[in-house]
Amino acid sequence: MRHVARTRKQAITVRVNGIEYEGQVEPRRLLSDFLREDLGLTGTHVGCEHGICGACTVLVDGRAVRSCLLFAVQVDGAEIMTVEGLARGEQLHPLQEAFWEHHGLQCGFCTPGVLMAAYEFLRDNPNPTEREVRENAAGNLCRCTGYEGIVRSILAAARKLQADR
Amino acid sequence: MPKWIGQPIKRAEDPRLLTGQGTYVDDLRPLPVLYHAAILRSPHAHARIRSVNIERALAVPGVVGILTPQDVLEMSDPFPVGVETPVRYYATATDKVRFVGEPVCVVVAKDRYIAEDARELIEVDYEPLPAVVDPERAMAPDAPVLHEDIGHNIACHRSLRYGDPDAAFAEADVVVSQRQVFPKYSSTPMECYAVIAQFNPINGEYTIWSNFQGPFSLHPVTARALRTPENKLRFIVPPDIGGGFGIKSSMFPYIALIALAARKTGVPVKWVEDRLEHLAASSSNTDRVAYMEVALKRDGTILGMRQKLIDNVGAYIRAPDPGCLFRPLGNQVGPYRFQHLAVEAYAVHTNKSLTGPNRGYGCQHLYFNIERLLDKAADTLGLDPAELRRRNLIPGSAMPYTTPTGGIYDAGDYPATFEKLLELANYARLREEQARARAAGRLYGIGIALAVDPSVSNMGYVTIAFDRKLRQRPGYQAKSGAAETGTVMVDARGNVTCTINTCPEGQGHETTVAQLVAEEFGIPIENVRVVADFDSNSRAWSIATGTYSSRFAAAGASATLLAARRVKEKMRAIAAHLLEAAPDDVVLEDGVFFVKGQPDRNVTFRRVAGVAHWNPNALPPGIEPGLQNTSVWNFEHAVAPDDQDRVNSSQLYGFVGEIVAVEIDPETGEIQLQHYYSMHDAGRILNPLLVEGQIWGAVLHGMAGAMYEEMVYDENGAFLAGTFMDYLCPTAMEAPPLTIGHVEYPTPASLTGAKGVGESSSETAPAAIANAVADALKPLGIEITSLPITPSKVWALLREARARQATGGQP
Repeated sequence: MRHVARTRKQAITVRVNGIEYEGQVEPRRLLSDFLREDLGLTGTHVGCEHGICGACTVLVDGRAVRSCLLFAVQVDGAEIMTVEGLARGEQLHPLQEAFWEHHGLQCGFCTPGVLMAAYEFLRDNPNPTEREVRENAAGNLCRCTGYEGIVRSILAAARKLQADR
Repeated sequence: MPKWIGQPIKRAEDPRLLTGQGTYVDDLRPLPVLYHAAILRSPHAHARIRSVNIERALAVPGVVGILTPQDVLEMSDPFPVGVETPVRYYATATDKVRFVGEPVCVVVAKDRYIAEDARELIEVDYEPLPAVVDPERAMAPDAPVLHEDIGHNIACHRSLRYGDPDAAFAEADVVVSQRQVFPKYSSTPMECYAVIAQFNPINGEYTIWSNFQGPFSLHPVTARALRTPENKLRFIVPPDIGGGFGIKSSMFPYIALIALAARKTGVPVKWVEDRLEHLAASSSNTDRVAYMEVALKRDGTILGMRQKLIDNVGAYIRAPDPGCLFRPLGNQVGPYRFQHLAVEAYAVHTNKSLTGPNRGYGCQHLYFNIERLLDKAADTLGLDPAELRRRNLIPGSAMPYTTPTGGIYDAGDYPATFEKLLELANYARLREEQARARAAGRLYGIGIALAVDPSVSNMGYVTIAFDRKLRQRPGYQAKSGAAETGTVMVDARGNVTCTINTCPEGQGHETTVAQLVAEEFGIPIENVRVVADFDSNSRAWSIATGTYSSRFAAAGASATLLAARRVKEKMRAIAAHLLEAAPDDVVLEDGVFFVKGQPDRNVTFRRVAGVAHWNPNALPPGIEPGLQNTSVWNFEHAVAPDDQDRVNSSQLYGFVGEIVAVEIDPETGEIQLQHYYSMHDAGRILNPLLVEGQIWGAVLHGMAGAMYEEMVYDENGAFLAGTFMDYLCPTAMEAPPLTIGHVEYPTPASLTGAKGVGESSSETAPAAIANAVADALKPLGIEITSLPITPSKVWALLREARARQATGGQP
């Protein structure tokens, strides 16, 4: 049997949502595939695989990235947060509460990426204007909501997070 | 006072979707081992396949097998088509490829990476052929022919006449005409197509997991192609689908394709479409060339209309097309009362990708055609566009109103609703603003578009594609109906489980059904659970099942409500027996059955449920144990077309009126949407949160088609919009400033009183925006007749106009 390049797997270790995982991956394996298929974290969705739609956004060492544009080997040793890591047990994160309250989602497919991008945004800019919210949300495509619900939800979450602080 | 219905209830679906716990097809692992497919697709717009060599690809370790065009010919039949022309459309190309992206082979391997590696090693020898992409060019006698056995490119042609259009035009003071071009675009749901297929060679059953949205009339179409009886083709749909918008109606050829790959290779196969595949080869609406003519009296009264519609259905016509032409037939006159209409309808093949329903299905075209034409007519007559429309609206007193094409407008008051829209937009003030802007040399425009918004398609409309003489032949099998089913079960503790078959794609059906059923039973909404996944093996379903044509709030919701009412009647009979009263004297309020006027003679909803399950012995004579009901809701007027080509193509008709104000940058051509007013009659509003969400989304889709999105091909059929860098979806930055207004004229045709709202503004936005831009550019003598209106297009028009002015009108 011929051995092809794909069999040369590399060992990686990552912490995802606070849990340490060890994996054996081909160098070409996408981070999004690693999260979804190897770790079973199917909350991260793949919408375009070329870095435009933002559905696959996760946090790597605190920065929002497109997981379809990274290889799993590139995050060896990194701390990753996915949508599954937002809630504390059964207690939803204020962002999730706000999206529920303000109809910030319909089909839910873009939502994990929208939430992760908004999480980073509100951490770095806790008191944003509506225009800033729109500019940031423009990194995620949504085909259901017309963005109105998303913008309202992020603004409401900002208010709630401010009040809780 | 309703407790749940009409309230902005938060969605039952959201907690799972917000925490990453949704279940989409790609998240499923229904079998211990799945193999993965990669599809080899045509790089040519038009080419003969001389040979296919899969040897090197098969030798790649991890490859299980490859489905070839030869296999497809041997294992399957062409999909039945909805036209008289015998178009042979298979799951892959067989003799020729006819558009860029057409499937040719399917590689099945241990994982997708290996499958894609091996796909690169398949050798196909193509003989390129001349291509045609323009529908009018494709109709010319010397055009390249896609299907040689047919000999021309016209898939369907119907001449429809209502009233006496020739007399109307002869009588006219003024005739206004316009050639218009409507673009090919798609709602591109964020989740692409996904299929898992298993074939069991022992019993011959196919099991399919997919994100198919219906209509399930396409299930038998798939079964026919697979040469299998319907009851051996099992469709399973998970509870979560990542958007549909009609685009996921058209995935059935891929269901057949992956089913054939599973059968050929003997393993279960999973295929998840990537975005590049989706843009090139899933589905879109047709592009249309229209020749529109309207006959008017000098006072603005419309006497009649002629519509020549040429729809580009791509390389193969695929059911339910030519619905692009005929889905709106019942509302082909819009909200206007003219009686004389001629429709010359063509569906034409070209070397572009295939088409099908896309949010609005035919109506975004129709209202662009009518409303653009009426603005030109108003201009010709020197009338305000609002005044021209006002003079032609069907009066509220005429409801229910039968249109000349056979539509039955069930409820509404268009003139009153239009006045409300003008008020909402403060139209007079907007015109003043425009006058000031123009005086200052700014390009400011106001556009109006009105639409009768059809919902719940009648399966019968598709047969308009057949010549009426054919429909009258003995043995012809007519089509009609729009039924949906729903099931309600009450368990022994009085909790409720509803199962729906609608295959929702994010519309919140679980929430709405829970509202309706909680209201009906007078119980807390938390006690109602709604199950929204689907399995054709175990659900009561029918041909019309699914989510499309804005049908849920009237069809699926009515079926489930009817089931709840029937369960309630049974419980009332049991309660009456327990209370030793006559059933007619017993009422249910807030979860308690009691004798009218004697509230202390009562028994709880929960207690009655317990008796029905735990103690059948205590039931009244003739009452069976248990509490469950499956009901069907059909529509009285969902009948087949008559011998005059009239058909009530939809079962309910809402109303949408929109006013848009734009300002155009004279230097860059950029269009700024200053105001967007949207007025709706969607009948009774079941959940205002969900209704507004649908309208926001619909406006954005329509705006995208008007200003951004187009599936662009070059003249040789090369596809130029194959990524989201090229196919430009609007973002949060482009979303218009939207003001929504509502009126509610409940329909008698559904049990809920609701009409549809899912498509609504996607039908009017292209026309409203086009009219606003045309109005802004009118002082420069510019006419807008095609979409999308991009800044570069506006810039070119501005440049031409200035050149014309500089040369005093000389070219």
